[in-house]
Amino acid sequence: MAASYPDDLKYHPEHDWARIEGDEATFGITWYAQDALGEVVFFDPPEVGTQISKDQVYAEVESVKAVSDVFAPLSGEIVAVNDGLADSPEKINHDPYGEGWMVRVRLSEPSELDSLLDVGAYKDLLGSGG
Amino acid sequence: MPVQYEGIRPEHVAVRARAGMFDVSHMGEIETRGPGAEALLQRLLSNDVTRIAERGAQYSVLCRGDGGVLDDLFTYRLGPERFLTVTNAANHDKDLAWFQEHAGGFEAEVADAHADWAMVAVQGPEARAALEAVADGPLPARMRTAELALAGVDCLVCGTGYTGEDGAEVLMPPEGAVAVWDALAERGVTPAGLGARDTLRLEVCFHLYGNDLSEDRSPLEAGLGWCCKLDTGFIGSEALRAAEPRDTLVPFAFTGPGIPRAGNPVRTGAGNGTVTSGSFSPCLEKGIGMAYVPLGAAEPGTVVEVDVRGTPRAAEVAEKPLYRKTT
Repeated sequence: MAASYPDDLKYHPEHDWARIEGDEATFGITWYAQDALGEVVFFDPPEVGTQISKDQVYAEVESVKAVSDVFAPLSGEIVAVNDGLADSPEKINHDPYGEGWMVRVRLSEPSELDSLLDVGAYKDLLGSGG
Repeated sequence: MPVQYEGIRPEHVAVRARAGMFDVSHMGEIETRGPGAEALLQRLLSNDVTRIAERGAQYSVLCRGDGGVLDDLFTYRLGPERFLTVTNAANHDKDLAWFQEHAGGFEAEVADAHADWAMVAVQGPEARAALEAVADGPLPARMRTAELALAGVDCLVCGTGYTGEDGAEVLMPPEGAVAVWDALAERGVTPAGLGARDTLRLEVCFHLYGNDLSEDRSPLEAGLGWCCKLDTGFIGSEALRAAEPRDTLVPFAFTGPGIPRAGNPVRTGAGNGTVTSGSFSPCLEKGIGMAYVPLGAAEPGTVVEVDVRGTPRAAEVAEKPLYRKTT
């Protein structure tokens, strides 16, 4: 699967994306992150209702070999987690921006949006060595 | 050797279902030869070296005087007075120094043969057929060796491995390794990396030095008493005879979500333990590992809890091997 970075997403330098929908957002990890990790075999989601903070770890993804932290691109409260990843964590690899979404969050600090990267800036970051 | 080529899981599955090959040339070799070679190795190695037939192979550990494990090793008897011992890469220099330090008084010569050999492990149900297709003679049986030409390269082919599958480990001059590798690749053998090597060996509960074995653990605790022949008088045998192990290495599997990793604490009804190897098992599709636990928690079926970065995960002590081939 070729690298892809949708135009309509906001990006965090730790290779996470956010899809903003009003006062909520969906989070996941980018194509680059899943490719670096290799096949995901376990996703440990946070519980619904958990408060998460921008730049802090809110979940873990594991490949066969290693554990990686997943960072919150924005602050808020978890309102939904992708239960489908419990049985099929490989969706994170196959469809990182679709079926591989991780959590849905009610945003608490809308002003944080300004600090995220647009697709061009994120690609520049990858181009400069990640 | 890279961690992976195509991916750990596909490489792992290729070895279980067909055949894979690992470039393990980082492993070291020590050659011991001379009229006193057998006697020297009998003093150094835990197993009974006199029982290695010519062209035979034997597993053993190398112990300190206090029984701590310096390395685990395969030794091949190439001739009546000539042995080749394969070392773990990280231990090679230490092992070589230990061999040389104790060689005085024996009519034996100890030589560093690391630079003389490349090594490729070819493993899987179809490994033997692939090797036979490029060999100029019949392959050795399990735990035996044969000198054969593979793809025109003179090789020492050993019926050993680290995956629980049929196959061989092939030692050859480094300059011939690419020809052998390419010939096997043409026969459909899948290149596999360090990642798959680790998950394959863990599924069948083979020890990894540095994880499951160390100078701080005795081979008895590690479940390797079967290769410690105390009557041979090897270095460390006296200490092991007097030892009263309190912990033992057990395989375990998670009964719920999560993946154990080396270093995770283990809580049992008999006291605490530590995970020494842990991973996701591609064949069993769950978290598996090995851990040192108190003897009272070693019985298969014992329910234990593994602390994975602060989250308690349910696990059960299991029988060896964790993965058993169903054919």
